[in-house]
Amino acid sequence: MTTTAPTHTLVIDREMAHPPEKIWRALTQGPLIEQWLMTNDFQPVVGHRFSFRATPVPGWNGVIDSEVLVVEPNSQLSYSWGTMGMESAVTWTLTPTAVGTHVRMEQSGFRSEESHEYKGATYGWRNFIGNLERVAGGLS
Amino acid sequence: MQAAADNVFRALADPTRRGIFEEMTRHGEQTVHALTRYAGVSQPAVSKHLTVLKRAKLVRHRREGRETHYSAQPQALAPLVDWMSQYGAFWRERFDRLENLLERMDK
Repeated sequence: MTTTAPTHTLVIDREMAHPPEKIWRALTQGPLIEQWLMTNDFQPVVGHRFSFRATPVPGWNGVIDSEVLVVEPNSQLSYSWGTMGMESAVTWTLTPTAVGTHVRMEQSGFRSEESHEYKGATYGWRNFIGNLERVAGGLS
Repeated sequence: MQAAADNVFRALADPTRRGIFEEMTRHGEQTVHALTRYAGVSQPAVSKHLTVLKRAKLVRHRREGRETHYSAQPQALAPLVDWMSQYGAFWRERFDRLENLLERMDK
């Protein structure tokens, strides 16, 4: 028996001294994405299925399966982020400011089916594994 | 501490072991027979998985007559929860890289 626990969201905000148009290019052009995130076959087209690839590590094949969910040029980009049965969505929101752009990244919707059972732990272990995968992806 | 975390990581890297562990967290103490029925693999395979989980201190066992009963010890996840407090590290590092890239890009 499983119960569905509230999903978990990671939010990172940062001010960048660059215009939204420039940041948008870095977020949506494959060769540029590769320079800061992972190799990919991303296209800024809603419904496009693609993958991010990192160097495999034991227990993880290094592949993140994604689908483009939202493309609002210079403003919002969202794609699903699925790996080893874990589904989440990554959403980028760009807001112009006086000195550049406020960049927000939200990753939400990690599946967590049993966090109630872990009285001693703050997070369900599925969340943990999902995060482990992402961090492991960062080791490449 | 690091060795303990490594054992827990390794123990939970296997989907069958994760399933066995999860089953015990849901339904409490279980016999090897019950876990074998649940896992759908052979009893020796389940015993092997339980040994790995025991080494990681994720399960405890007690004998009662001929049966051995296993129960989950979720507090053994503590090193991972600590470790996870750094979980934003991946994206923060990517943000740094993104900013470096933006510096190098033309307008």
